[in-house]
Amino acid sequence: MSENKIEFSPELVVFIDEWRDKPGNLIMVLHKVQSEFGYVSREAADEVSKQLDIPFAKIWGVLTFYHFFKLTKPGDYNIQVCMGTACYLKGGDAIVDEIGNLLNLEVGGITDDGKFSLEAVRCIGCCGLAPVMTIGGEVFGKVTKNQIPGILKKFA
Amino acid sequence: MVNVKINGIPVEVAEGTTVLQAAKEVGIYIPTLCYHPDLTPFASCGMCVCKQENNNKMLRACSTPVHEGLSVITDDPELFEVRKAILEMTLSTHPNSCLTCIRNGNCELQTLAAKFGIREQPFESRVSKIRADTSSPSIVLDPHKCIKCGRCVQVCQELQGVFALDFIGRGDSTVMSPAANLKLNDSPCVKCGQCIVHCPVGAIYEKDETAELRKAIADPNKVVAVQMAPSVRVGISEEFDLPVGTVSTGRLYAALRKIGVDLVFDTNFGADLTIMEEGSELVKRLTTEGSVLPQFTSCCPGWVDYCEKFYPELNENLSTAKSPMMMQGAITKTYYSQVSKTDPKTIYSVALMPCTAKKFEIKRNDTMKSSGYDDVDLVLTTREIARLFRANGIDFAALKEEECDSPIGEYTGAGTIFGNTGGVMEAAVRTAYHLVTGDELEDVNVTSVRGLDGVKKGVVDMEGTKIRVAVVNGLANVKEVCDEVLAAKKANKPAPYDFIEVMACRGGCIAGGGQPYGTDDKVRQERIAGLYSDDEKSTYRKSHENPSIQKIYSDFLSEPLSHKAHSLLHTTYTKRKKYNV
Ligand code: SF4
Ligand code: SF4
Ligand code: SF4
Ligand code: FES
Ligand code: FES
Repeated sequence: MSENKIEFSPELVVFIDEWRDKPGNLIMVLHKVQSEFGYVSREAADEVSKQLDIPFAKIWGVLTFYHFFKLTKPGDYNIQVCMGTACYLKGGDAIVDEIGNLLNLEVGGITDDGKFSLEAVRCIGCCGLAPVMTIGGEVFGKVTKNQIPGILKKFA
Repeated sequence: MVNVKINGIPVEVAEGTTVLQAAKEVGIYIPTLCYHPDLTPFASCGMCVCKQENNNKMLRACSTPVHEGLSVITDDPELFEVRKAILEMTLSTHPNSCLTCIRNGNCELQTLAAKFGIREQPFESRVSKIRADTSSPSIVLDPHKCIKCGRCVQVCQELQGVFALDFIGRGDSTVMSPAANLKLNDSPCVKCGQCIVHCPVGAIYEKDETAELRKAIADPNKVVAVQMAPSVRVGISEEFDLPVGTVSTGRLYAALRKIGVDLVFDTNFGADLTIMEEGSELVKRLTTEGSVLPQFTSCCPGWVDYCEKFYPELNENLSTAKSPMMMQGAITKTYYSQVSKTDPKTIYSVALMPCTAKKFEIKRNDTMKSSGYDDVDLVLTTREIARLFRANGIDFAALKEEECDSPIGEYTGAGTIFGNTGGVMEAAVRTAYHLVTGDELEDVNVTSVRGLDGVKKGVVDMEGTKIRVAVVNGLANVKEVCDEVLAAKKANKPAPYDFIEVMACRGGCIAGGGQPYGTDDKVRQERIAGLYSDDEKSTYRKSHENPSIQKIYSDFLSEPLSHKAHSLLHTTYTKRKKYNV
């Protein structure tokens, strides 16, 4: 693993200690890591691997199995575009494409200035407003392509 | 014992037997795809579905243990349809590139498709576009052909304990891959190739370098010298439909000359040389106050790579003796070149190996150029050389046996058994006994280190000097031994062993990652028996009795561990990172 070692907070270290020998510890620890850093970096996963003596590949298998876990650092504003059935049918993918074009961003990526990150997510439970996107937690419904520059501007 | 019925045939089997095994006992074949006898059933494919007779309930034969009174139907029209549908679905995510696939002719999926008479593809094709990972010097991962049986992950984790591969992602987009989008070569992979020989399809395979040998043979300025490892002589037979365990040494020599190889040598000679050096090193460690013990064998590059990555604190315990292949390469370009007056620059040194890790070993560090050139230029696995023979129209089984070229071809039975688990230990004991006591071991059969157990331990009594030995068979078993040794080392306690052999592949190199497909424990035992029959037939069964070995020491190396021996036949180890990022 890379030499730039990650620092875990004292609280996280205590938490790992508490969970060390309990069943299901890996998920709990990774959960905690994500809540501390906002995502689980390669370095963080490696540190967990060392602390719990679980092979790194096993940890990565778990991280990629659950959609909950984020493997890249989110931007200051994380953009989530819904790709649930309703939103998809109403053109969710066109929304993703447009945002991608405007910000020069791929799904799962982050802009160079670290401001925006882009995610495609499953149904977020407001299908009536399809297609739906959220930025930094704020929900935008019935989004059209033309509205997107305006929406993004609010956060620029 | 439990009484069950398979298609109405009663059979008594041990508790815990699976339906699949019970059926095999009465000669009934149940098709399987993900199942492999080496592994815990993973039951991912569903090909092995059968029915319980009384209630028509389906079960997966590979993973269902029998119970008293169980009555199973293994085949009926409905089961046929279910299995056919599973196959068709599997094929819909698989490319139709059989004609150009490295597994064409021995692919388990292709064989099943043929058996089931699949003639059309009712499901829309959805083949993933993931690119092949060619970063490793030994192994290609081609996930777009993967049928997600899970064998490679299980092998790498359960049998090898390396954890280079895991299931990454979920559902449709699951891939078998190293973590964090890393390339295989940047992962802890030790290149043993066990994932290859367990993959049912062409999704993991050796880096094929047969073209390199063709080029060298066609080059009039090159003297092509080929050595062959102990296990290749027994593995190659299966590639040409000879009975499993057949020893084809003389036929291999003949076939190599037929394809235009100039010099035919034998790695077994190198193995005898290894015993001289490694055995002397052991005796030196045992008799020199303050030496590092135990001494680990170092002929398996899979194990060496693992040690350097997982237990670098034990690098100093690895024998500094090079592997037989590297010794043979070094003396080919020095000693042989001198006696035959061949310019070493023109020698193209090729090694036929049962092993994919050997492709990496030849470039492991600068000591692999001890002759001033690459001591070994090219490694081909058993499967590759068989492929080349076939393409050249060699009728292997019909060849008349030939002899090896001297003076670096003659070998002893001790050299031959290097190919199987316990063999290096046995060969070492035969010679170490002589080195320690000055006498000869009367019964050369050291049976306590034979067999397929994961860790074999014993004490060898050399006229009062007791040597504590251990043999590790299969890389996953090495952790417990390394931890034990390391714990003693850290606590400043006496070492728990004196000498430890490690072979990464279960059964040893006879079941290496470059050997023919279809290996299970029965095949392993038959290949091992083949090597022991060669040993028993040999005029000499102890490395130090080999006249050519005696000659190379008197004419060239002077004595084991001499300055010259050190510069040509010994190596060094470094700490390596598990992940290169
Ligand atoms: S070659 Fe060996 S270590 Fe590497 S991935 Fe395959 S099984 Fe694992
Ligand atoms: S690569 Fe081969 S062994 Fe591994 S899961 Fe895919 S098909 Fe099975
Ligand atoms: S046991 Fe033999 S075949 Fe397997 S990795 Fe080691 S040297 Fe290669
Ligand atoms: S599908 Fe988008 S909110 Fe439900
Ligand atoms: S062979 Fe039994 S489920 Fe695959």
